[in-house]
Amino acid sequence: MRRKTRDEILTHIALIFIVLLVMAPVLFALAKSTQTRAEVYHFPPKLGFGTAGFFNYKVAWTQFDLGLYMKNTLIVAGIVMFFKTLFSMLAGLALVYYEFPLKEWVFYFILFTLMMPTEIMIVALFNEVSNMAKALSLENSYAVLTVPFLASATGVFLFRQHFSSIPSELADAARVDGAGPLRFLWSILVPISWNAIAALGLIQFIYMWNQYIWPLVIIRENKMQLIQVGLRGLTNQQDTTNWGLVMAAAILAMIPPMVIFLLLQEQFTKGFALGQEK
Amino acid sequence: MSTAKFKGRWAPWLFLLPTLIILALFLYYPVIQTFRLSFYRVAFLGLKTKFAGLENYIDLLHDSAYHHTVGVTLVITTAVVLLGLAISLAISMLANQKIHGAQVYRFLLIWPFALSPAVAGVVFLFMFSPGFGAVNYLTSLVTGHELNWLGDPTLAIILVIMASVWKNLGYNIVFYLAALQNLNTEVLEAASIDGANSWKRFWYVTFPLLSPMTFFLLITNITYSFFDIFGLVDILTKGGPQDATNVMIYNLYRDAFEYYKTGLASAQSVILFLLVVVITLIQFRTSGRQVHYGG
Repeated sequence: MRRKTRDEILTHIALIFIVLLVMAPVLFALAKSTQTRAEVYHFPPKLGFGTAGFFNYKVAWTQFDLGLYMKNTLIVAGIVMFFKTLFSMLAGLALVYYEFPLKEWVFYFILFTLMMPTEIMIVALFNEVSNMAKALSLENSYAVLTVPFLASATGVFLFRQHFSSIPSELADAARVDGAGPLRFLWSILVPISWNAIAALGLIQFIYMWNQYIWPLVIIRENKMQLIQVGLRGLTNQQDTTNWGLVMAAAILAMIPPMVIFLLLQEQFTKGFALGQEK
Repeated sequence: MSTAKFKGRWAPWLFLLPTLIILALFLYYPVIQTFRLSFYRVAFLGLKTKFAGLENYIDLLHDSAYHHTVGVTLVITTAVVLLGLAISLAISMLANQKIHGAQVYRFLLIWPFALSPAVAGVVFLFMFSPGFGAVNYLTSLVTGHELNWLGDPTLAIILVIMASVWKNLGYNIVFYLAALQNLNTEVLEAASIDGANSWKRFWYVTFPLLSPMTFFLLITNITYSFFDIFGLVDILTKGGPQDATNVMIYNLYRDAFEYYKTGLASAQSVILFLLVVVITLIQFRTSGRQVHYGG
């Protein structure tokens, strides 16, 4: 019994140490974001909170367009999250609840796209989308930032797997009741798939919020730029970099995905566990 | 999934249409174009292209700078994957113990899931800056002199590896914790009754049972250090110093968007694509069946 409590205390100590180590860079950024320029460059380094309060945050938000970038990114991530979930659910519905010719081919067509990350074909995608945008006068728009990402194999397979784990009697009952496929989707599948929807939504939101290379190459107007590339711009002023301000910007950029993560954390792990069971 | 529940000839195609159109237009088409572009070369400041056959590939094959890029990618990928998985597994094992406040610890460990490579890059750049960076101050207290993390090639590689491992910890811990919680505890209890100590239990029971998850994470971590690392490298080192951290994806980006060598960049894309295909095929072949015996 005594050994057990000793072990538990040791585990607590180890875990607290690890948690602090993992959090250290963010705590450091948080402390520095509240310091004045003089405090930031003070030697030896000051690690506590400074006297600048929210000043750096205010400057980053207004003078360095952080507010604008955050708004743009929120819109882009929101659009992709919504449509990707919708399109993936519809595709999952077709793959699970219908028989049709070439079904296997469709399955592999979607599956193979797992091997095509954006970064790999960045040159050709850039050429294609900028030509399309020029033809449609859609340069530097939300469209070029969202449309290429509205579908994904991950989403389709998540719902395909999830729907096939749902007892088939449900669909039978729905059909007997005379409900069409869309009614069935909306009033039966969606309510019982909430964990899977949340899991996909969370992954997609964070993926879009953290996107870097695509906005970097495709956006040429500062007022349409997204948050991660905006952060890059702040550090590019080199020797005159105001690091307190940059840290404030980094903290701001972390907040929305962190909030979404907090809200959906439970559904995420549950949705994931569902996917695991097969 | 064998029995159809709804009837309709066109309905399934209608439901699949948005997904299929987007995948065809923005994934398949650019991939095909990438292959095509890799056989061309741009001339006269991008105004003209001419067919070049395999020239781009031959150039890459003979280019020692490209060999260096491939080498750097292999070193960084190996380190990020092995360190990342080992550290996250160790942390997950600790956090999976039945102790008070386990939920709180778990949450405090998985939040980096939401971190972006750019944020990781910015924070590490500041922490390791010469002169006023906090880490430098600490290392100078210990070693007596400042370490030039951003100017020394070896240190810059270590810095990129540390930042990448840190950024991906949350992701790996989420998946390892989920796998640990789904483990069959009877086997572990049986092993412990048989007198196996905790190290033996881990090495002969837990680790083999976790191997499907380890394999999945191996693949996702390889893709992470091939591609997602881009933003981190771009902010932290810009591929420097002296190309020490110039990974394949960064080299490709610079050739395409800074030097406008579209053909050469596309050939690099094709090489990366083939690498990804091989990795994915390994994943498909193994993920269906269980990696550990018994199952």
